[in-house]
Amino acid sequence: MSTPAPATTRPLAAGRAVPTDRRRLYGLWIAAAVVLLALPHVIRTPVGVPIMNQMGIAIVFALSYNMLLGQAGMLSFGHAVYFGLGGFIAAHVLNLAGRGSLYVPVPLVPLVGGLGGLLAAAVLGSFSTARAGTVFAMISLGVAELMAASSLIFDRFFGGEEGITTNRAKAPLLFGLSFTKDREVYYLIAFWVLVAAAAMYAFSRTPVGRMANAVRDNPERAEFVGYSQRRVRFVSFCAAGLFAGVGGGLFAINYEILTAENMGLNASGAVLLMTYIGGIGYFVGPIMGAVVFTFLQSMLSDYTGIWLLYLGILFLATVLFVPTGLAGVLMLHAPAWRARRLPRLFGPYLLAAGLALVAAVGIVGLMEMVHFIASADASRGAKRLFWVSVAPRTVTPWLVFAALAAAGGLGLRWAAPRAAAAFVEASRPGPGR
Amino acid sequence: MLQIAFFSVLNGLVYGMLLFMLASGLTLIFGMMGVLNFAHAGFYMLGAYFAFTLGLSIGFWPALVLAPLLVGVAGALVERYGLRRVHRFGHVAELIFTFGVALLIDEAVALVWGRPARGYQIPAVLDVPLFRVFGASFPAYKAFMLLVAVAIFVFIFLILTRTRAGLIIQASLTHPGMVAMLGHNVPRVFMVVFGIGSALAGLAGVIAGPVLGTFPGMAQVLGSIVFVVVVIGGLGSLTGAFVASLLIGIVQTFAVALDVSVGQVLMAVGVPAGASAALHDIWKVTVAQVAPIMPFLLLIIVLMVRPTGLFGTRET
Amino acid sequence: MTPALELENVHKAFGPTPIIRGVSLAIEAGTRQALIGPNGAGKSTLFNLVTGKYPVSSGRIRLNGEDITGQRPYEINRRGLSRSFQVTNIFPWLTVFENVRCSVLWALGYRYSFWHRVSRARDVQERTETVLEQLNLTARRHVPAGVLSYAEQRALEIGITIAGGADVVLLDEPTSGMSRSETEHVVQLIREVTAGKTLLMVEHDMGVVFGLADRIAVLVYGEVIAHDTPERIRANAAVQEAYLGVPQGAA
Repeated sequence: MSTPAPATTRPLAAGRAVPTDRRRLYGLWIAAAVVLLALPHVIRTPVGVPIMNQMGIAIVFALSYNMLLGQAGMLSFGHAVYFGLGGFIAAHVLNLAGRGSLYVPVPLVPLVGGLGGLLAAAVLGSFSTARAGTVFAMISLGVAELMAASSLIFDRFFGGEEGITTNRAKAPLLFGLSFTKDREVYYLIAFWVLVAAAAMYAFSRTPVGRMANAVRDNPERAEFVGYSQRRVRFVSFCAAGLFAGVGGGLFAINYEILTAENMGLNASGAVLLMTYIGGIGYFVGPIMGAVVFTFLQSMLSDYTGIWLLYLGILFLATVLFVPTGLAGVLMLHAPAWRARRLPRLFGPYLLAAGLALVAAVGIVGLMEMVHFIASADASRGAKRLFWVSVAPRTVTPWLVFAALAAAGGLGLRWAAPRAAAAFVEASRPGPGR
Repeated sequence: MLQIAFFSVLNGLVYGMLLFMLASGLTLIFGMMGVLNFAHAGFYMLGAYFAFTLGLSIGFWPALVLAPLLVGVAGALVERYGLRRVHRFGHVAELIFTFGVALLIDEAVALVWGRPARGYQIPAVLDVPLFRVFGASFPAYKAFMLLVAVAIFVFIFLILTRTRAGLIIQASLTHPGMVAMLGHNVPRVFMVVFGIGSALAGLAGVIAGPVLGTFPGMAQVLGSIVFVVVVIGGLGSLTGAFVASLLIGIVQTFAVALDVSVGQVLMAVGVPAGASAALHDIWKVTVAQVAPIMPFLLLIIVLMVRPTGLFGTRET
Repeated sequence: MTPALELENVHKAFGPTPIIRGVSLAIEAGTRQALIGPNGAGKSTLFNLVTGKYPVSSGRIRLNGEDITGQRPYEINRRGLSRSFQVTNIFPWLTVFENVRCSVLWALGYRYSFWHRVSRARDVQERTETVLEQLNLTARRHVPAGVLSYAEQRALEIGITIAGGADVVLLDEPTSGMSRSETEHVVQLIREVTAGKTLLMVEHDMGVVFGLADRIAVLVYGEVIAHDTPERIRANAAVQEAYLGVPQGAA
């Protein structure tokens, strides 16, 4: 009979709340708050704060999406509807506040967005959540398409093609705090990210939050222990809509414009991508996914026109080979970390990573050259690739990149099993040495 | 008026049969494997692009045969090396996977062929009017499209009902486990069906490309409508897909042709005009603007009321 | 006295095929009863009808005198009737602890609340711990249920069924697939957890049936052909012919 692992090592797991357990949990949240406060001072590049703002909004959006996908097992292709509607309502309210018709200071606008998202989710969820699985996914798709088409009809609310603009500088002040500069908006977003994340985490620990997991695992059995699966899904749906709306409100404050695109299928697809890549089985998964996705999206799009293709490949690779996502991969190393054998993995991992990088450079190079030939006009002969000027219309670069890809790939075939073996060895239970 | 009606019916038939070519593959794949293939419209797009590129070197007619075959092979590979892996994680995971494939196809096509639309042309021999009636002409190419689609329907129907392979496929549709017990290689059957379904989508792309446009967004444009068709018709039902395709094809074509506003329609039925400003948006909406919404409204209603669809027997 | 569970002329047909052909059965409160019969008799179907998984084709079902015909499973469960499944039907990715905890939440009145923290709810924690101890699964509480051994899963299956404190418990082949010693443990467990409650169980193991049951109902081809004490069932010729085979004592 094996002894159970002590609860202190799983601060985010279920079970009896041991005092050290709770202290550790609060410690994590406080540490997160400290990190958020310090970030703008640490990262001082001019694009740093705008990107962090973007990440904050994405984090709230992705966390809200995981309330559906990871917690309740509901795959939605139209979650951006609630994000967008929350944003539109927030923008309109902010405009009204700016005109003096309503007293709503900027810090409360995300709350307005949340209420908007909640309302939309309650209305649309009343029929959407009747069924689960593929039918729910299809209904969510239908609703998203419906809203996209409706946005062209209801010009007044959606602002037609130009969308709705707003101005956070015109709103009434709260305690004299103004939010005109990016930095100031950052602190507001960071505040709301913390509040929203804490609320969503707390929700997952409530009776309905736990039953959402049960309904995800076995909806039939959940009914036989007294819970209507439809009701549980509906509550989860409304909660997810609420927090998506909060994200929309933050978006309205940050970008001061909302268009139908923000409600559309591409936005819904993006949140699915980032949440899944991050890992739907862990609370921190969507957070990691949102950060990575936003980072890649903003950084990569400066260097290449096919960044979405790379993200698509990353997504597909995650689905096929690493379905537990980034968070899952990290958590997989928990036993090795507990046994203090992580340093042993550095060598094999670095080797495998290096070879993977070589292969990646080769493949990326080939794809970028294809992209160049397909899209650039015939007059341009050269392209900057990996800090080197490359002429895709000649044979040499193709051979070079193909060789890199092949070499990296072959090397990886040799190095990957060794890394895997090292992992298994490091993870085996027993005293650390 | 008569001209609009006549040509709307004809165009609606053509559009409907095109939808059917796409929907038939999708509904077969769902009926057998339980997975709604998000990437189906992507194979449609690949068909158009393959035919365009092949056509440049070997001509339209050889490309008409070769392109769908290539797409079918691509589909079979996706099933064999992708879907089969993900299958054991459940339907949600399969959906997510096909979503990823759809994204990948979209971006890969933009990568290789660029974002602007490609000049995929109708072959000269078909670029003539077939007949003139009510003052307008009906192009021969559209008649060709109709012909191909009907031929496909007959072909599938005959294969499924008259051949042994078709019988096995039909049986695998409802009882894959039992069919496996009888000694048939069910995974291979799945792969073949997936490949054929994809090839059908590719064929639809080959013949629709010149008419509907060959551009990287063409999958997204048609993708959602095809889902609507398949769900309304009944997942797994070929007859349902046929009926629903024609229904939606004709209704949408008519709606687009009618440049009448909702207010005018309501007035014609006796509802007074001059509503408040809030409803003004709805009043001045034309039927053509509402047309894109209707399939999705229908989708939601059908999913709520009768999730098996009009003719379907199997719920998701 | 009102029977705890009463079926009145219940029929069930799937398409043109009748499975349950007019079953009338009254289970007295506080008794332990068994439902036996050959394979295909319709025992699990009867359970599914009673617990709301399938609708009846005709007839009435009453729980403590109240009509529950046609109600949804969760409505019936909330009235105090709970069932286990022949094929283990647990929450595979939740831990053992969470499996049991989910089963007590509604019974303790927490409903769809999102303002309580389950880990802080004393009554939830205590009830779950108690049940885990009865199941002898306290040591395995943090293990994902899907990883448990078969016998442990069957025990958990029973645990989920009784954790909510239902008065009427339906167990569907609780000892199927178990060894002799495992069966003995489960029988002891059943005895413990159904003390003072009404139990109706489907079973094939005659040793278990005759050891636990106060009364036995015999279902053959969708009809109850006998409902009596174990001794009289043993002696009943029709039962012997239909199910038990050669009567005891005969050559």
